[in-house]
Amino acid sequence: MTSTWIVVTAVGLGTIAIKAVGPVLMGGRPLPRRLTGVVGLLAPALLAALVAVQTFGSGRALVVDERVVGVLVAAIALMVKAPSRRLSYDARLLFVVVIAAAATATARAVN
Amino acid sequence: MREGSSPASRARGLGAKGYRHGARAALPLAIAVGGFGVSFGVLARSAGFGWLAPIVMSATTFAGSAQFAAVSIIRDAGSVAAAVTAALLLNARYGPIGVSVAPYLTGSSWSRLVRAQLVVDESWALASEGDGRFNSRVLIGAGLVLYASWVLGTAIGSIAGDALGDPATLGLDAAFPALFLALLVPQLRGRTPIMAALFGAAIALALTPITPAGIPIIAASAACLLGLRR
Repeated sequence: MTSTWIVVTAVGLGTIAIKAVGPVLMGGRPLPRRLTGVVGLLAPALLAALVAVQTFGSGRALVVDERVVGVLVAAIALMVKAPSRRLSYDARLLFVVVIAAAATATARAVN
Repeated sequence: MREGSSPASRARGLGAKGYRHGARAALPLAIAVGGFGVSFGVLARSAGFGWLAPIVMSATTFAGSAQFAAVSIIRDAGSVAAAVTAALLLNARYGPIGVSVAPYLTGSSWSRLVRAQLVVDESWALASEGDGRFNSRVLIGAGLVLYASWVLGTAIGSIAGDALGDPATLGLDAAFPALFLALLVPQLRGRTPIMAALFGAAIALALTPITPAGIPIIAASAACLLGLRR
């Protein structure tokens, strides 16, 4: 019980501090110009890394499992703007997430 | 500048771009995040965290992957130090992410500290307008919706516990890479962002087998140094 609360408190305080450091120290002021180009690439770099690790990572191993099926289906859906080009981005986002989960669940059930 | 309508935000259907637009854009993600919250609650309960601690953790930490890492290390009889270190390493990416949104968070230090807590991968990606610009209202609107669904999901999972099934059978583990892929696609306009994405993914995959969890994602942020060339 005690160790539970130590973990909860330490991780909570640490995370609050990490999230706050940039906005509290540098908030409301424009970044130096040289940094702007770098920060603009943070989103594509980190999002691609998250996709890669969450698709293939399993602890410290890289594996190809049913998640790949879901992510591939999602990639195709994004490419063809499924289910319809006329839907808003939000609606297509939900569609992509749901069919990815469904494809992986199906692949897992079949295996 | 922040009130303008960029091509990226128009492509995302966020024309007026206020808090409400952020909240609406986050709704589809909130379903996945809520489901993930339920599975966190179930896992934490099964790891001996009781019903209250998981809810408190979700309300204070608000960072899914780090919370999962901490709880699974404790469940596997790991030490408190290992659990805390792994979780904070996983959250270290919020250092540079916080710097990226800092220019758009105005107001007092306290209000910036509080609003900074609503930054998670999903709210940050939705608020991105490309070229390093962010919409703080979209960030806060989206962050609030995701926060509510994360904490509520955790509460359902930790209280209802074992009555719910294993989230893996529902394919929830594939929902997240699919979600991040969907958030990545609008960012890929031009050669440099595509290169940064490819480098980021390559760095993360190369480091996964040889470094502790969290390091590969932080190291991937080095790919943004490509921006120095311009």
